[in-house]
Amino acid sequence: MLKIKNLHASIAGTEILKGINLEINPGEIHAIMGPNGSGKSTLSQVLAGREDYEVTAGTVEYLGKNLLELPIEQRAREGIFLAFQYPVSLPGVAGSYFLRTAVNAMRKHREQKELSGKEFLRLVDEKMKLVKMKKELLNRPVNDGFSGGEKKRNEVLQMAILEPRLCVLDETDSGLDIDALQTVSAGVNALRSKERSMLVITHYQRLLTHIVPDFVHVLVNGQIVQSGGRDLALHLEEHGYGWITEDGATDTAKHESLGVSSISA
Amino acid sequence: MQQNIEHFVESYRQLQDRWSEQPDWLSDLRGGALQVFSEAGFPTTRQEEWKYTNVAPLTKISFGSAAGDSEAVHGIERAKQAIASYTIDGCSTLVMVDGTVVPELSSMGELAGGAQVKTLREALVSEASGLREAVVRQASFEGYAFAALNTALMQDGAYIFVPDGAVIEQPIHLLSVSTAGAQPLATHLRYVIMAGPNSRVTAIESYVGLAGEPHFTNSVTQVQVAPGAAVDHYKVQREQPNAYHIARLQVRQAESCTFRSHAFSLGSALARNDINVTLEAQGSECTLNGLFLVDGERHVDNHTTIDHTQPNCNSHQLYKGVLDGHAQGVFNGKIFVRSGAQKTDAKQSNNNLLLSPDATINAKPQLEIFADDVKCTHGATIGHLDEDAMFYLRARGLDQDLARSLLTLAFASEVTDQVRHAPLKDALSNAVAAMLPAADSARSD
Repeated sequence: MLKIKNLHASIAGTEILKGINLEINPGEIHAIMGPNGSGKSTLSQVLAGREDYEVTAGTVEYLGKNLLELPIEQRAREGIFLAFQYPVSLPGVAGSYFLRTAVNAMRKHREQKELSGKEFLRLVDEKMKLVKMKKELLNRPVNDGFSGGEKKRNEVLQMAILEPRLCVLDETDSGLDIDALQTVSAGVNALRSKERSMLVITHYQRLLTHIVPDFVHVLVNGQIVQSGGRDLALHLEEHGYGWITEDGATDTAKHESLGVSSISA
Repeated sequence: MQQNIEHFVESYRQLQDRWSEQPDWLSDLRGGALQVFSEAGFPTTRQEEWKYTNVAPLTKISFGSAAGDSEAVHGIERAKQAIASYTIDGCSTLVMVDGTVVPELSSMGELAGGAQVKTLREALVSEASGLREAVVRQASFEGYAFAALNTALMQDGAYIFVPDGAVIEQPIHLLSVSTAGAQPLATHLRYVIMAGPNSRVTAIESYVGLAGEPHFTNSVTQVQVAPGAAVDHYKVQREQPNAYHIARLQVRQAESCTFRSHAFSLGSALARNDINVTLEAQGSECTLNGLFLVDGERHVDNHTTIDHTQPNCNSHQLYKGVLDGHAQGVFNGKIFVRSGAQKTDAKQSNNNLLLSPDATINAKPQLEIFADDVKCTHGATIGHLDEDAMFYLRARGLDQDLARSLLTLAFASEVTDQVRHAPLKDALSNAVAAMLPAADSARSD
């Protein structure tokens, strides 16, 4: 579904991504972990198409298409969904209107019939149960006055309604208490399917107990330096990121038992 | 300096002929006013108050007036369609076409509590209560040439009188339509609103225009708010792209009363609004809100003055501008707090959204405070659409035009949301949406 080859990206002249290689197949859940400043958020924003970032080298193939050529809204309509780490509030933009417009833009692109007001409300009712969100929240402007937990649940609600192919969850767990984390994770898990893939970006292992990944990659200083199974996440939790040196060398004796392999950039 | 004003002198002669029944004092007043105008001439950009607004294009056009009956009738036929789409539900309506009231197109029923709405012409001829005094007072002009011209040439308008304690629930909609089919026309309208003690009234001034020759609307509105009264005033300007609109709103507030005005400038090539409010006694409140949207080569200038002459009054202003293309906007908000006007609470905000790199706004808050126990705040912002908000909307599949329009509508809604009369609020939100690309679907269902 997604093939990233040697991706380099900069912002304001500073290179953040220094050669990312990643392949995601349909139905897989990949986690990206890494210390602050490693480029985790940058990767998600570059995939979504944020124009502040400049791709200086590399390719990204998504469903056989050249993703880097597509504008932001086109990527969204092709099924890429970025769940923001800090969702913005949009005072003056009605929540339900925004969501309905997004759904219909997606449906139009997929050559499906657009939803009427009633049909949309029925869909929303059904999906709101998934994230345990109060109905009244959609009557407010988008994210206006929402708590951190409500904003993240709103992201998952939108994901449930838009039915994307590739979900990129950018530190969805940040700022969440235990209950909110469980609700959000349950919502995400309910969206797992053979045709849908997820890229879960997180700093802490905690989220990955709830959303269990198939693969874990460690991003350090703009490159993926380690990849492994879910146990890699547990190892990082216990030992931190310090044991991964800049050139990717590891103490193999210490970590072999965990099935950890290193990927050279 | 020689300026082209012959056409106005001609209009003045025609008017004096047609108004043979007007009282002498009025006839003399008009003569004097024309004199003042001829001597002062149109303002130039060398004058401080007109520094950013050049009326030269207006001065070059020989505007006639819809003097003859046949012209008026022709205009009425063309106006009928426009009226249907600009009528506002739930209002009593007085329709003016090219400066003259057309009773058969109006629907002004009986008003509660003995309130009266007369055409200005009727009211002047019948010496309606307080009117002569109000008109004469305004005639001091304060060097404002357009007001002098209005006094000399005012064709018609409305006189609204609300007696003590009368509460008029239904807004009074004064709808002015300009047609300018065959030749450039000027319309000089005068509205006088007198709200008696403890009365309540809402008035809406609308200006719309049909495509055709250039049109010049020069209006003066005088509002007197008696002790304990509450007046809600709305001004909606949606004239055609080659129209010129110059308007002056003069308000006097007595004690413990409320005046709220919401002005929407959505049309015309050039629009200049002057609002002057004098708080003459204690305990009153004044709110001035405004929204202007300009694009292309259009120009809009809003000058407001609130004069706190007495203690314990509150004033509040929120003016928001949306500028695109090569448009120009001006906001000059003066607040005077005289010595002795203690416990004044005055707030002023001007927020401007520039949608293109070639649009310009000149924002000038001007506070002159001579009392020492007051609260006065002002803020002016000039900005662009929030990048993060744009990214969020586009990342959800909304295309760039729609995202920009939605955020612009959201910006404007802070002002449109303050409109209390629901059909008017909807009409305004829709009018704003109609001016933004792809935002049609955001109209209220």
